[in-house]
Amino acid sequence: MRLSRPARITLGTVTGLILLVIYLPLLVVFVNSFSTSTNLTWPPPGFTLEWWGKAFQNQGALDAIATSAQVAVLATAISLVLGTLVSLALQRHKFFGRDAVSLLVILPIALPGIVTGIALNNFFRTIIDVRLGLLTIVIAHATFCIVTVFNNVIARLRRMGTSLEEASADLGAGVWTTFRLVTFPQLRSALLAGGLLAFALSFDEIIVTTFTAGAGVTTLPIWILDNLFRPNQAPIVNVIAVVLVLVSIVPIYFAQRLAGAEQLQK
Amino acid sequence: MTTATPAIRLTGLTKTFGAVNAVDHLDLDIAEGEFFSMLGPSGSGKTTVLRLIAGFELPTSGTVELLGQDVTSRAPFDRDVNTVFQDYALFPHMSVLENVAYGLRVRGVPKKERLERATAALESVALGTFGSRKPSQLSGGQRQRVALARATVVQPKVLLLDEPLGALDLKLREQMQVELKELQRSLGITFIFVTHDQEEALTLSDRIAVFNNGRIEQLGTPAEIYEAPTSPFVASFVGTSNLFDETESQQLLGLSGVNSIRPEKITLGVKAAGISLPATITEVIYLGTSTRLLVELAGGKRLTVLEQNVSSRSTDDRRGDAVHASFAKADVVALQPA
Repeated sequence: MRLSRPARITLGTVTGLILLVIYLPLLVVFVNSFSTSTNLTWPPPGFTLEWWGKAFQNQGALDAIATSAQVAVLATAISLVLGTLVSLALQRHKFFGRDAVSLLVILPIALPGIVTGIALNNFFRTIIDVRLGLLTIVIAHATFCIVTVFNNVIARLRRMGTSLEEASADLGAGVWTTFRLVTFPQLRSALLAGGLLAFALSFDEIIVTTFTAGAGVTTLPIWILDNLFRPNQAPIVNVIAVVLVLVSIVPIYFAQRLAGAEQLQK
Repeated sequence: MTTATPAIRLTGLTKTFGAVNAVDHLDLDIAEGEFFSMLGPSGSGKTTVLRLIAGFELPTSGTVELLGQDVTSRAPFDRDVNTVFQDYALFPHMSVLENVAYGLRVRGVPKKERLERATAALESVALGTFGSRKPSQLSGGQRQRVALARATVVQPKVLLLDEPLGALDLKLREQMQVELKELQRSLGITFIFVTHDQEEALTLSDRIAVFNNGRIEQLGTPAEIYEAPTSPFVASFVGTSNLFDETESQQLLGLSGVNSIRPEKITLGVKAAGISLPATITEVIYLGTSTRLLVELAGGKRLTVLEQNVSSRSTDDRRGDAVHASFAKADVVALQPA
């Protein structure tokens, strides 16, 4: 479609403005991580690498990153297994209450985090009497991480149809062999995309985490919130934030390339 | 009924989807080594019958026997039948050779043997050098042959083919028809072939079952189906027919009941012996080897006539000519009213 010159300029300007609103604050964080000011005054009074050095020696920050990574890996693993199983059940089988189950699986991602958080907190402490800790965060995160896996896998299953699986069964493969040799290879990129999203969701989750983490378990977002307004810690928080931005570009980049490669194959 | 065990025996086979009887109390024996076609319009139940034989669907009632054994409740992987799918259903993440070897692999055939057998199967469909390619790199006709090789390499007792030539262009389809027939002769196994193409069914089959509304409308050899259709549906679905309802039969043919006559049995010319009705040519359609003419009889009844183009006269514009449409009484087929 050809656009007139004024239309092109207007649209270009709007696009530029929106990108600016999104990325300028990130740039400020980046600049502030090199600032000599400890309370984030603008413009930065001077340039220093001090915080970058300190950040990588800050045990609290490093522990928090390790905790968050651990939670995200476990929550993603649970989501991959359960998300795939529920997708297979809903897409390949008919049973009573199928639509209800489908809705109930997707719902957690739409529920306000604060509601999920309070509900799980109550449930864990007063109903089943489990001590809050790493495990309770993992379970809480898995409730909504499943959704990203589920959405990706069920879309793939729908597109794939049943004829490949029927062909496999027809040629003598049992249910498990068919899954291993035919269904799973077809799902691989959908699982990767869903898993990357699940990992990203879990890694920066703070609301539900606040309600399901016991004392002594600090994930990275909680650590950042705790330290942002402490004297002399703000620049270190900026450093960590910059590292997180850089790290989160990687999975998004791969997820995009994956999607692009599949477009080409079609 | 002969004493030989049929390759496939369907007894009282019924499949309902909701309120619809997709297959309605079907009884059918298919002999060993037979090339059997199930012909019918879409929605007539022919594909459902195939899927019931393959085991992809469970019947609502009735049984499926394979060589005398009841396999009704067995899973697809537990039946000695294989399917060539309409969309080929080749595994896109595997090479052509891996696709063909798949059935042997899941049966636990050692790697060396299964690769040898798969290679031989690929060679038998003239694709020996294509083994390392991915299915997406093949043309439609080549994929079709890979699907055939993949289904036959495991030596099934019965091969099911679900409109396998539907996606191919005409030339390729005619070539594949010949190859299918040759393959069936050389393997000596039963082929059950689903198609909505009546010409394909007539060309290939030993016997044809014409399906309509989940039932077999007529069962017979291609010649029986074509020359002696028993119902108006078969008469008009298989080839073209001129149908005469009861009043028209009475007035024009002097016969009772519903009757039909094939277009190629009618000749146009001067008044002749047998049935000879005055008519006017209203349309002339040149088809290369033949010409299709539409004529209108005195009472307004229209007939389709097919003439072989044995002389160049056939290209003449004969619209408006007054002729006689003549045919032998013996060529008129009496139908059971619908």
